[in-house]
Amino acid sequence: MKYSTLPDSRGYYGQFGGKFVPETLMFALKELEEAYRDAQKDKAFQQWLDKLLKDYVGRPTPLYSADKLTDHCGGARILLKREDLAHTGAHKINNAVGQGLLAVRMGKGRVIAETGAGQHGVAVATVCALLGLECTVYMGTEDIRRQSMNVFRMKLLGAEVRPVDSGSRTLKDAVNEAIRDWVTNVETSYYLLGSSVGPYPYPMIVRDFQSVIGRETREQMMSSHGRLPDYIVACVGGGSNSIGIFFPFIDDEDVRLVGVEAEGQGITSGKHAASLSAGSPGVLHGAHSYLLQDGDGQITETHSIAPGLDYPGVSPEHSYYKETGRVSYVTASDKEALEAFQLLTTTEGIIPALESAHAIAHVVKIAPEMSKDTLVVVNLSGRGDKDLNIVSEALEDD
Amino acid sequence: MSRISTVFQKSGHKALVAYVTVGYPTVESTLEVVPMLAESGCNVVELGIPFSDPLADGATIQEASFRALQAGVTPQTCLDVAARIREKTDVPLAFMTYYNPILHYGLDAFCQACSRAGVDGLIVPDLPPDESTGLDDAALKEGLDLIFLLTPTSTAERIRLVVEKSRGFIYMVSLLGVTGARESLPVGLGDFVRRVRKETTKPLCVGFGISTPEQAQQVGQIADGVIVGSRLVQLIRDDGPPYERVKSFVGELRNALG
Repeated sequence: MKYSTLPDSRGYYGQFGGKFVPETLMFALKELEEAYRDAQKDKAFQQWLDKLLKDYVGRPTPLYSADKLTDHCGGARILLKREDLAHTGAHKINNAVGQGLLAVRMGKGRVIAETGAGQHGVAVATVCALLGLECTVYMGTEDIRRQSMNVFRMKLLGAEVRPVDSGSRTLKDAVNEAIRDWVTNVETSYYLLGSSVGPYPYPMIVRDFQSVIGRETREQMMSSHGRLPDYIVACVGGGSNSIGIFFPFIDDEDVRLVGVEAEGQGITSGKHAASLSAGSPGVLHGAHSYLLQDGDGQITETHSIAPGLDYPGVSPEHSYYKETGRVSYVTASDKEALEAFQLLTTTEGIIPALESAHAIAHVVKIAPEMSKDTLVVVNLSGRGDKDLNIVSEALEDD
Repeated sequence: MSRISTVFQKSGHKALVAYVTVGYPTVESTLEVVPMLAESGCNVVELGIPFSDPLADGATIQEASFRALQAGVTPQTCLDVAARIREKTDVPLAFMTYYNPILHYGLDAFCQACSRAGVDGLIVPDLPPDESTGLDDAALKEGLDLIFLLTPTSTAERIRLVVEKSRGFIYMVSLLGVTGARESLPVGLGDFVRRVRKETTKPLCVGFGISTPEQAQQVGQIADGVIVGSRLVQLIRDDGPPYERVKSFVGELRNALG
């Protein structure tokens, strides 16, 4: 069986996935699945999407040969897939545009979203401004504090940002509140989920809209190097940028795929967000997947310096790739991410998002051991302007 | 016949179903209140096992769950509380919780523990029948009723699926939204109940948003039972031993239902 045929008709990747949601939402998920299948077959829809991705988002994003970073590491050749150059500064816009068009197609005038780092929230607010949709974004109060610039951007774009003060006051709690809104307003509102998590068909839809990253990477590798890369490295929070760049290579077993999770202050400290590396299977936010939970099945609080990775669950598809061994999952700590953030900034003049800095951190660890003809692609999923406050606070603490 | 099913045997009798979050505000309050609810006219008591991410619940039950968890209430605590309640009363008991704590406990192990504790049924709002095969098998082995929910958005196809699978009664969610007291009953509730009634003779109990004797009385005219949760959780929190206000509120609901 090829990995690329998944999920199955019930929305499963092996034992992972499914639809674990209140009955109220079951019809909405079916309606969404049907609308998505129709849209996939509709040439006009695809043309509209392609045009927006090209002229509005600015795709294709470059595949940049990071020679200074390569020299610094002294081993494998490092290439950066520049999602940081996409409109709004991160890969999140790819999915927001795609699902925004779906919302219009389904006749929903209002969009609900959750956000952690604020990158998805900004992307959704942007698309809603463009398409004339009403937009409500749920965001944990801890994240609002950490990412105030993105909150201001969303408000400027016309979105209502609703603070969520329950639980850990981060992404997990924002998802809970977004789902509560959706249960209440399901008939009029579209839930624009930002990562490859949640009930089927969301993990598939998000993956498909993000796969443009991997498709472009494939073409760019073939035209610049005449071959596929040896490694692809991407950070994994919920898992959307990583699944987006991995998926078009998933059946190419020679391409080694590496997902980098947030080790925070260390796995043994308990202050981390490494669901795949340190979690166990369970059900959260509508899907069976790896997650961080205690001995009673209560979801535990997470920590990462990168708000976009600060989430206790992960994509069911990544959960499956962990189990089958198709993708290797490793971790990078807050400290390593911070060092990688500074390294990329000083060597290449590129300020990465703290999320993406986790992927860079791992590459910095492995590249020196590799031969010079090894090709490593890193998904630089977002730019770091949003993180300047966090970084400046962290550097002051040192 | 299950202990829950027997409640609906008396023709014309309307069931009053109460919800309490176990351990809120204290374990002692739950142990004291539940037998009293039964004496005051509740026919089934739902015992809420607190979960960290109660996404089908509104502010009241979110807060109750959060506080109970902070006080150290676990699924095992809830099983122990159920067993102690069972020593004092024969009222049918159903656990209401989310799927992950049950999954983590182990589906068979959890159902066996429920059975030993004298629990009669399970309500799991994030487990639609489409995903319930494992838990349903485990529950059937122990003679537990797995009670499913229907909502105003359920299509005819889904109504048929749920009424076939649900045992004990069918939990009719009155509205689109989360749990919590509301001012009035939703428009269209009667139509919703009629749509489901056409497909089944199983008992229909209506919950979500019902908080007054007037609402209970109106629901009693169209359904087989009424479920009251958030309002009761608030009252139990604000009242204290000997829980006279809780007792009189339940009495009023009982009288209104007839």
